[in-house]
Amino acid sequence: MRLALCLALLASPAFADEIWVTNEKDDTISVIDVATLEVTRTIPTGERPRGLTFSHDFSRLYICASDSDAVQVMDPVSGEILHDLPSGEDPEQFVLHPDDRRLYIANEDDAIATVVDVETRRVIAQIDVGIEPEGMAVSPDGRIAITTSETTNMAHWIDTETETLFANTLVDSRPRHAEFAQAGSQLWVSSEIGGTVTVFAVDDQRELAKIRFAIPNIHRDRIQPVGFEFSADEKTVFVALGPANHLAVVNAETFEVEDYILVGRRVWHMAFSPDRKLLFTTNGVSGDVTVIDVGRREAIKTIKVGRFPWGAAARPTSGG
Amino acid sequence: MLRPLALLASLALAVPASAELAVRVAWLEQSVEQPPILSNLDPVPGDLGLAGARLGLADDAKTGRFLGHAYALDAHVVPPGGDFLAAARAALAQTPLLVAKAPAETLLALADLPEAQGALILNASAQDDALRGEACRANLLHAIPSYAMRADALSQFLTVRRWTDVALVEGTHPGDRAFAAALRRSFHKFGLRVRADETWEWNADIRRDAGRETPLFTQGFAAHDVMVVADEAGDFARYMMFNTWRPAIMAGSEGLSPIAWSPALEQWGAAQLQSRFEALAGRDMRAEDYAAWAAVRALGEAATRTGAADADALRAYLLSDAFELAGFKGRPMTFRPWNGQLRQPMPLVHPRALVALTPLEGFLHPRSDLDTLGQDEGESGCRAFARD
Repeated sequence: MRLALCLALLASPAFADEIWVTNEKDDTISVIDVATLEVTRTIPTGERPRGLTFSHDFSRLYICASDSDAVQVMDPVSGEILHDLPSGEDPEQFVLHPDDRRLYIANEDDAIATVVDVETRRVIAQIDVGIEPEGMAVSPDGRIAITTSETTNMAHWIDTETETLFANTLVDSRPRHAEFAQAGSQLWVSSEIGGTVTVFAVDDQRELAKIRFAIPNIHRDRIQPVGFEFSADEKTVFVALGPANHLAVVNAETFEVEDYILVGRRVWHMAFSPDRKLLFTTNGVSGDVTVIDVGRREAIKTIKVGRFPWGAAARPTSGG
Repeated sequence: MLRPLALLASLALAVPASAELAVRVAWLEQSVEQPPILSNLDPVPGDLGLAGARLGLADDAKTGRFLGHAYALDAHVVPPGGDFLAAARAALAQTPLLVAKAPAETLLALADLPEAQGALILNASAQDDALRGEACRANLLHAIPSYAMRADALSQFLTVRRWTDVALVEGTHPGDRAFAAALRRSFHKFGLRVRADETWEWNADIRRDAGRETPLFTQGFAAHDVMVVADEAGDFARYMMFNTWRPAIMAGSEGLSPIAWSPALEQWGAAQLQSRFEALAGRDMRAEDYAAWAAVRALGEAATRTGAADADALRAYLLSDAFELAGFKGRPMTFRPWNGQLRQPMPLVHPRALVALTPLEGFLHPRSDLDTLGQDEGESGCRAFARD
């Protein structure tokens, strides 16, 4: 009886871990099964889906439907849109606060960051930031939120108690993505046109390091850092280099680039599998996802998804 | 961690009591009589260029707000026949930072004014190659691409497609002549063959009679892959399209066009710039608007990074390796230190889509492949930018 139940569970498609990928120009999400590395579902969304993130218990998926001017809330089991959140215009990317309630949303066309309570579905605050806000991050203790503005070329530091800016730091051109690291003591920001990743000390916003990249036979203009993610131990960072079609593998302690991995065209963002053994990159121009074996630092498979895949998020369903 | 003291200090930084740096930019425009053209489809906007400068200033000001830098734009628009140099002197009395829209000879007169020595002028309209060559001026940088850059962009595309045989038709306006001359030089450089080289002179109403006149006009052309037109005012080539003796792809001023900017650009974040412009100006963004935007943004970027507003410091920064402008064309844009031209990718578009973004793969250059477009250091006759 127990054996039969196990077998039944194994056969169930809902059992495997998944990677969810937004397809910006197809208005869909592709769901990839981590075990089989195949697309198992394609789910319609609002217009121009970009950023996506799960609630902490993975019972809800939040989707930036940029051209629908909404953050959509989806039931990931049924794939149904439950309701929209008021998001401000043109939401591009967001980050969910550790309180699991506040969403910090970058409104790309409006030079505003919007804070929404996902339970009351109300806007708590709107914060004037620079032009074309994009990268969003929140510190592990929840006290600081960051938005980066692509045309103003700044990281804007938001005090989440007052929902106001307390600092603005210049970075290189077209900052795209931000992440806190080392227990919230560092802020990392990628600059697409500047071609760099800058590491800041969080306590006084001073610059700790600037990481540059070089790949033989690719002009430095085309090496454009976009999304990046830390390994589980935070010792390694994987940086998507856009039209250079490579990931850089960076040592997070020495800030040195250790490796480059060839992936698809115009690599954009990425997500780890829940066990952090595989890394899935969205390749905007080639319309596919490259699967990286994290331990071997090798690309092992390419999976076709929709047109212009943009964001990626993991949904653990096994063992939990 | 947010310590109260650190927070207080940062707040003071974020909201300065008064502007620590004031950057004043003058827009200086010599209006010219537009040559009459047959079609009424697309009139030239009255604020062509100026609207781009206004958007650039709004972008600069937004950044400045976080840094305590204040930006202002004064527009001086001189009517046809007006005293441009008097307006220039008045502008220069207010600020040494000018963005200019004027014909080449007017720009040179401006750059040579005693009052303009030590000023920094950004050319946002004149595409003349001479301004980047023998006639260059040290105080005059160029945000708008030259005729040579546009011609080379097209030649690269024709070369990659192996459309090597060209029929060239030029109009009689000075701009048509100048673009055609740049095209001939470029075709020669890239080894393309000019199989016909004709001038279209108005002697009939082609709108009524395009079906009859164009086949006759083009019948004698030797076999060619593409018909390239130099018709910068948009006067005649639109009526030739699809009316040629042989089936002909049209390129140049009409058809497949090499141009600094077009509403057809959407990638590389361009959609955001397009929508910001549309919200401000109520119309599509054109190449002249883009050049003016880039000029004002370049000044703003230099002021942001240097904390300076004087012409010498900004010019030095703009011409240095440190400067780069994110111009929504997929790569950083920089200035050529030997003639002050803004390096930039050149789109090839038709009205409904981007066809290619040049430089194309395979056109190599020891410095940057962007320098495969337009006058390179060795071929530019510019000596005013002599470097230490």
